[in-house]
Amino acid sequence: MDGLGNYLAPDHRRCDDYFSAAEAAALQGEWEAAEAQFNHFLAGMQHHFAKEETVLFPAFEQSTHLTGGPTEVMRMEHAQMRGLFQDMQQALASRDANAYAGAAETLLILMQQHNLKEEQMLYRMCDQMLVRESAELIARMNAIAQ
Amino acid sequence: MALAGLSLEQAPPLSVPLRFFLTAPLFAFLAALLLLFSGPTALASRWSPALLAATHLLTLGFITMSMMATLLQMLPVLAGAAVKQPRLVAWLVHVPLSAGTLLLASGLAAGWKIGMLASLPLLAWAMLTFILVAAYSLARTEARNATINAMRLALGALAITALLGLTLAAILAGHAALPALKLTDLHAAWGLLGWVGVLIIGVAYQVVPMFQMTPAYATRITAWLAPWFFIMLLIWSITVWWAEDNAKWVALTGLAPGLIGFALATLSLQRKRRRRAPDITSQFWRMGMASLLAASGIWLVAQFSPALSAAAFYPLWLGMLWIVGFAMSVINGMLYKIVPFLVWLHLQSRRPARGAIPNTKEIIPDKMARRQLRAHGAALALLLCAAVLPNPLVYMAAAVWCVSCALLAWNVFSAYRLYHRLAA
Ligand code: HEM
Repeated sequence: MDGLGNYLAPDHRRCDDYFSAAEAAALQGEWEAAEAQFNHFLAGMQHHFAKEETVLFPAFEQSTHLTGGPTEVMRMEHAQMRGLFQDMQQALASRDANAYAGAAETLLILMQQHNLKEEQMLYRMCDQMLVRESAELIARMNAIAQ
Repeated sequence: MALAGLSLEQAPPLSVPLRFFLTAPLFAFLAALLLLFSGPTALASRWSPALLAATHLLTLGFITMSMMATLLQMLPVLAGAAVKQPRLVAWLVHVPLSAGTLLLASGLAAGWKIGMLASLPLLAWAMLTFILVAAYSLARTEARNATINAMRLALGALAITALLGLTLAAILAGHAALPALKLTDLHAAWGLLGWVGVLIIGVAYQVVPMFQMTPAYATRITAWLAPWFFIMLLIWSITVWWAEDNAKWVALTGLAPGLIGFALATLSLQRKRRRRAPDITSQFWRMGMASLLAASGIWLVAQFSPALSAAAFYPLWLGMLWIVGFAMSVINGMLYKIVPFLVWLHLQSRRPARGAIPNTKEIIPDKMARRQLRAHGAALALLLCAAVLPNPLVYMAAAVWCVSCALLAWNVFSAYRLYHRLAA
């Protein structure tokens, strides 16, 4: 059960749960619950992005000498997701269920295909190439504050 | 390296995938229109010229057209294998596939031998180009998963289907003498069960859990189902050719349980979904799975009921449930995820300053998609009734079906138009 992929992939599942709980609450008009769930979701995503952007991606880039490649695509998708987080936050603030549903649906597709690319490819590559560093990398990712 | 496919510059322009998704609904509309104008005679038997033509407007023009584009979209995500020269590939596949399908359908509908013959090189070219391009990507990827395996098998099935189809067309045009009836059965089975069925099964492994956050399909399903199904199809084909009386036992024990198991597994995953928000794509998928169950069930009953298997409506029901109920529903649902997302993604990269970019539900509103879902469901139900009582129900069925296809075409086109307005 060790390895970078097995360490990072469960973050995706955890965030999915908060995502659906927030969406369900927003569609029911239970705005406080929606906000609470969304905040869990956002914190989880930001934490996960930080682990990747400050530890995993630089390690991958260093060992492959590949910048402007896959990690660049991942970073760009993180930026696109952050934009949608803002849209969702705004929709929550203005209690606009339609705007929330639209932003959430857009995020869902972006996020799921992003996770798929990471789990099917990037994490596997990292597991192959960063075997020796993996324990140290995980320790560093664990040290990042929520 | 597999991951080299994941780079920024390689995203092809929106027109590359979208031309397929824009054309596909038009072919479905043509099929519905053909039925409307042919009237009850179209449903007289599975061999009626109008029905054979409509079948290919759907299987080649709608289903194969959109499945090819979906596959080309999914390869980079799943396999890290971006297609090289996407614009060129799109031209080399889309134009001959469209022209070839139109010619083949006209040839079949009107008994026009020259049209049929002229369609052959075009279709052969489109198939060959697509198969080579996709096979090249699939052969090079280091990613291993059940979907990629299913895609490989589906591609093999498409090659077999195309070869058999080309042979059949040559026979009909009077240029080959072979047992056409058996070949037609094989051709239809490889097309519908192999290419369409196996690809949908493989794609389902990814998209069913993705959009509704269901649990994943059990690995004992994903590891075995597509290869099992493909091998059974091979054994079944050999049996049909040399020992036809025994073929039904292969289908009974090998093919039908696989299909029923897949449909039940999918429905039960959907029941365990963590995402509760209503989702139109998933409703289309449920309609698709219900049709798949109905088709398999009717087929099973017919094996033991001579009355049913001799009924004129029986083969029509199988075809309608499989093509319109199963394949078209599933693909139709997928279009409502893929098209708005592609438009959003391309707007995003055209206009990095955010704010004015509509989200996917503003690109194709749920209200419009739901309306089309209802029309599609009504069309399917009416088509099944029309198979039993063609006169006068075929007119109603075809008219509602025309409306459904036109709404789909309109929804996809509106998304494209929005892109042009905002990207300009
Ligand atoms: C290269 C492309 C293709 C060509 C040239 C072709 C040609 C033909 C021809 C000539 C027939 C009529 C046979 C007869 O009347 O005896 C036929 C039947 C049929 N084809 Fe195709 N076909 C092609 C692709 C496909 C694909 C991709 C599918 C399905 C996904 C498909 C599904 C069928 C079906 C269901 C029938 C009707 C069988 C019946 O009525 O029982 N075809 N095809």
